[in-house]
Amino acid sequence: MSSSAVLPVTGTRPAAFPSDRLRRAAEAIVIPVGALLVAMIVFGAFMSMIGKDPLEVYALIYKGAFSSGFAWQNTLQRAAPLILTALCVALPAQTGLILIGGEGALVLGGLAAAVIGHALSGGSPMTVKIGMAMAAMFVGGGWIALAGALRHYRGVNETISSLLLTYIAIALFNHFVEGPLRDPASLNKPSTMPIGDANMVGHIPGMDVHWGLVYGIAFCIVAYVLVRHTVHGFALRIVGGNVRAAKLAGLPVGILILVSCFLGGAAAGLAGMAEVAAVHGSANASLIAGYGYAGILVSFIARHNPLAILPVATLLGGIAASGGMLQRRLDLPDATVLVLEGIAFMVILASETLYGRFRMFQPRET
Amino acid sequence: MSTKLLNPSRRELLKAMAAAGVVAGVGPAVTSRAFAADKVVVGVIYVGPKDDYGYNQAQAQAAAAIKKLPGVTVIEEEKVPETVDVQKTMASMIEQDGAVLIFPTSFGYFDPHVIKMAEKYPKVRFAHCGGLWNEAKHPKNSGSYFGYIDECQYLNGVVAGYATKSKKLGFIAAKPIPQVLRNINAFTLGAQSVNPAITTQVIFTGDWALPVKEAEAANSMIDQGIDVITMHVDSPKVIVETCERRGIYVCGYHANQAALAPKGYLTGAEWNWLTPYTVHVKAVQEGTPMNNFLRGGLKEGFVKTSAYGAAVSDAAKKNADGVKAKMMKDEFVIFKGPLKDNTGKVVIPGGTAYKQQDVVLEQMNYLVAGVAGKV
Amino acid sequence: MDGTSLGWWGVPIAVLGGAIRVSTPFLFVSLGECLTEKSGRINLGLEGILVMGAMAGYGISYLTGSPWLGVLVAGFAGLLLGLLHGTVCSLPRVNDIAVGIGLMLFGTGFAFFLGKPFVQPKAPTLPALHLGDWASSPQIQAALQINVLFIIGLILALAMSWAFRNTRWGLVVRMVGDSADAARAMGYQVNLVRVLSTAVGGFLAGVGGSFLSLYYPGSWNEGLSSGQGLMAVALVIFARWRPLHCFYAALLFGGASALGPALQSVGVSSGYYLFNATPYVLTLGIMIATCSPRRNLAGAPGELSVTR
Repeated sequence: MSSSAVLPVTGTRPAAFPSDRLRRAAEAIVIPVGALLVAMIVFGAFMSMIGKDPLEVYALIYKGAFSSGFAWQNTLQRAAPLILTALCVALPAQTGLILIGGEGALVLGGLAAAVIGHALSGGSPMTVKIGMAMAAMFVGGGWIALAGALRHYRGVNETISSLLLTYIAIALFNHFVEGPLRDPASLNKPSTMPIGDANMVGHIPGMDVHWGLVYGIAFCIVAYVLVRHTVHGFALRIVGGNVRAAKLAGLPVGILILVSCFLGGAAAGLAGMAEVAAVHGSANASLIAGYGYAGILVSFIARHNPLAILPVATLLGGIAASGGMLQRRLDLPDATVLVLEGIAFMVILASETLYGRFRMFQPRET
Repeated sequence: MSTKLLNPSRRELLKAMAAAGVVAGVGPAVTSRAFAADKVVVGVIYVGPKDDYGYNQAQAQAAAAIKKLPGVTVIEEEKVPETVDVQKTMASMIEQDGAVLIFPTSFGYFDPHVIKMAEKYPKVRFAHCGGLWNEAKHPKNSGSYFGYIDECQYLNGVVAGYATKSKKLGFIAAKPIPQVLRNINAFTLGAQSVNPAITTQVIFTGDWALPVKEAEAANSMIDQGIDVITMHVDSPKVIVETCERRGIYVCGYHANQAALAPKGYLTGAEWNWLTPYTVHVKAVQEGTPMNNFLRGGLKEGFVKTSAYGAAVSDAAKKNADGVKAKMMKDEFVIFKGPLKDNTGKVVIPGGTAYKQQDVVLEQMNYLVAGVAGKV
Repeated sequence: MDGTSLGWWGVPIAVLGGAIRVSTPFLFVSLGECLTEKSGRINLGLEGILVMGAMAGYGISYLTGSPWLGVLVAGFAGLLLGLLHGTVCSLPRVNDIAVGIGLMLFGTGFAFFLGKPFVQPKAPTLPALHLGDWASSPQIQAALQINVLFIIGLILALAMSWAFRNTRWGLVVRMVGDSADAARAMGYQVNLVRVLSTAVGGFLAGVGGSFLSLYYPGSWNEGLSSGQGLMAVALVIFARWRPLHCFYAALLFGGASALGPALQSVGVSSGYYLFNATPYVLTLGIMIATCSPRRNLAGAPGELSVTR
C-alpha cells in the first residue's frame, strides 16, 4: 500500500478510476454488513444476560426466516409492504428531507383505494385495480407532499410534521371508516364497503405471496433508475447535497422537493392499496399495522438506496417472521424482535462515522 | 475534524469473517423443544399481551388450564396483529409445530384470515372467538365460540342500580359494535329494573387499548356526578384503578379485577373460556366432529360473575342472586318488547322476546332509552 | 338533573383538571429537550426515553415499594439513554435526527421487553396534594388534586429560566448552542457540554415518563404513550426555547388532550376521533404559524440543525 510506486509520465487517473468505484462499492457493503454483525453480537450478549443461548436464538431466527420454502414465503410476504414504505423515506431523503410519515400515507392511500374500488366495482377487474392504485398513489403522495411543502415554504421541520400528520391521518381514517364511509353490514368490524371478490389482487402463481411484493420490487427498480441514472434524479441529489449550490445552479428546489415527497408518498399509498386489495377487501382498522414505522428502519439501514432496500426489507421481514418462533419455542416476549431491530438501527447509524476512515477504502494516491 | 485512519490488519478481518461463518453454519441443527408425536398440539393466538388483566388474560387463563390436561401441548403467540401476519402465524404453528387445533382469539382474525387458513388446511380445526360462523359460507373445519356475557353485565347493572346514589351510571367502551352495544344495553336494563329513572352515560374511546383516553373518560364521567362505572375495553385495569382512586364504585369486565379496587369493586362479568376450550380439545382427542357454533351463558358455564365486593348491600345480593337463578334455569329474558331505543324508535315490539341464542341479538345496532350516547 | 352534576360547566373544569394532570409529562420532557436544544442538539428519541422511564419507574416502585425511588431510577434510565444519544451523535458525520428516531425504536422496544412482568401487578403510586379542599364541589376538588411533580416541574422551569440568564453554566450551554466556534475559542469542549446536556435532558424526560405510570394514568402497559415525546419537541419550538413558556405550552397541550372525553361526557358524541386528534392538530398549527423558512426563528440556538 505504499505510495512510492514508480509514477509513469502520463497520468494514471483513468486506469485507477474503476477500482475507485469498486472501493466505494466495497465500502458501502462492508461497513453496513460489519455493523449488522456487531449488532448481532450486542444482541447476543443481551440474550446471554437474560439466560438464553444466543446461538440458539440465531438458529431459530434462521429457521423461522430462511430455512425452508415455507419460511421464505413468510419472510417475503412480510417484506412486501416494507419495501414500499421504505421508499417513502428513501425518496425524500434524496433531497435531504427526513420524513417518517409512511404510516399515514399508507392508511389514507388504502382508504382511497377501498372507496374507488367499491365505486368502480361494476367495471372490469383490471380497470378497477388500476383505478385503486392510482387513487392510492395520488392520495398518499399528496399527504407526504404536504409535509414537504410545509418544510420548503414554511420552514417546518419535516420529521416532526410528518409524524404529526401520521397521527392526524389515522384519526381521519378512523373517523371516516367508522362514520360516513362505513358499510352498514360490517357491524362487529367497521369497514368500508367491500371492493368485491372479483377485484381482489391474487397471489403470485405458485407462491403464497401476493402481488404486492412485485409492486414493491418494480417501484424500487424504477426509483433506482430514476435517482441514479437520470438527470432528474441527479438534480434531486444535488438538492440533497447542498441546497445553496442547487439554487445557484438554477434548479427549482421547491418543485424537486415536492416531487420527491409525492413519489415517496405514492409508494406508501400503493402499499395501502395492496393491503386492501390483496388481504382485507375493504378498509378497516387492521390496516394500521405499523408497516410505515418498520419502513423507516429499512430505509435507514439501506442508507436510502432504493436497490439496497430489497435485501434489507427481506432481512427485516425474516426477523419479523421468526418472531413467532422465538415466542413459541423460547418463551421470549414479542418485543425481542423490537430490541434486535433497535440495536441494529443504533449500530448502523453509529457506523456512519466510519465511512472514509478505513485506509483500504481510500482512493489510491497517484 | 480528526483524520486519523483506522487500519485493521487483514488477518483480523479474516478471523472475524470466519467466526461469523461458523455462527451462520450452525443453523438448523439446533432445536430447543421437540414435540412428542402423541400429544395434541393446540395453538392459541392473542392480539394483545397475555397479562392485560382483561380480554387476553381471560383467554390465557383457559389456555393455562388446558395445558394441564394430559396429552395436550399448548403453544402461544401474543400481540399478533389482524393482518396477513396472523395467517402466517397460524400456518407456522401448523407447519412448524404440528398444531391440529388453533384458537385465534381476536374478533378481527375471522374474516378473511381464519377462513383462508381453514380452506388451506382442511385437517386442522380453527375455533375462533366471536366470529359469525355460517354453515353456508364458511368451511366445516372452522367454527366459533362465544359467551353471553351480557347476562353478567345485566347482573352488574342490578348491583349498580342498588349502589348508585346519583342514579347516573357510566360505561366506557372502545367501539360501537354489536357485542359492545349488547353489553351497554344489558347493563342499563339491569339497573333500570331496580330504578327506571337510572341513566347510563357512554363514552367511546375509539380503540381497544388507550389507557390515557380511558383514564380521562373515567375522570370526566366522575366530574359529571357518575358514581358507578363499568367498561368494555381490552384492559380494564386503568379504569378500575382510577375509579378506586377517586372513591367511586366499579363493576369489572373480562376478568376479576377485585384485587385492584378493594373498596369500590362491586362485582364483575367474567369469561370462563375453559368451558368451550375443553369441548374443542376433547373433540380432537376423541376424534368426534367439531362443534361449529358454540354459544353459552351462565347456565352452560361460559361466563361467570365475580364474588360480591364489600360495598354490595344485602338487598342487592338478594335481587341479583334471584335473577341469576332464573338465568341458570333459562327462565329469564333480557331483551324483550316493548323496547325503545334512545332516539324514541321502537326496536323490539311488544310481545316479542329474544332469547339469548337468537342471532338477531348479535346484530344489535341501537342503544336503549336511558343511555346517553350515539351509535 | 341533580346538584352534583355540572352540565356544560363540566367541560372547562375537566379541561383545567386535564391540563394539570396530563401536562406534567409534557412539562418535564419539554424542559429536558429545551436544555438539550439550547446546547445545539436535537433529541427526537424522547419518546423512547419517556416509555423507558415509565417502565423503569413502575418496575422499581413495584419491586421496592417506593414510588419516589421509582421516579429517581426512571430519571437515571433516561440519563443513560440520553448519554447514549449524546455520544453517538458526537461521532462525526452522524445525523442526530436519525439517531433520535433510532433511540425512539430502541427505547420503546427495550422498555416493552423488560416491562413484560410489570403489566399485571399493581405498584404503589405517587401521592397527590389536595389543593382543592376549600371547594365544596367534588369536581373542583378533583381537578385541583395536584401531584408534587407538577410543582417540581414549575419550580424547575423557573430555575432553568433564571439559570440560563444568570449562571456561568447557563451561559456556557447557550454559547455552545449558538456558536460552537466561539465556545471552542473560549476553551470549552463543545461535545462534552452537548453530551451532558442531552444526558440531563434524558433524566428529565425519564422523570416525565415515570409520572405516566406512577400517577396518571398510574399503570404500566404498552399503550401508555402516544407521541407525547415528539409533541414535546414541537412544544419547545413553540415556546421559543424559553423554559417558562414551556410550562404554559405544556398546560395548553394537556388541556387539549382532555377535550375529547370531556365533550363526550356532556353529550357531544359524534366525531370523537377528530376531537381526540386536537393535540396533534394544535401542534401542527402552532408549528406552521411560528416557523419561517427565511429568517431564523427568533431565539433559536444557532447550531440547531432543525432550523437550518
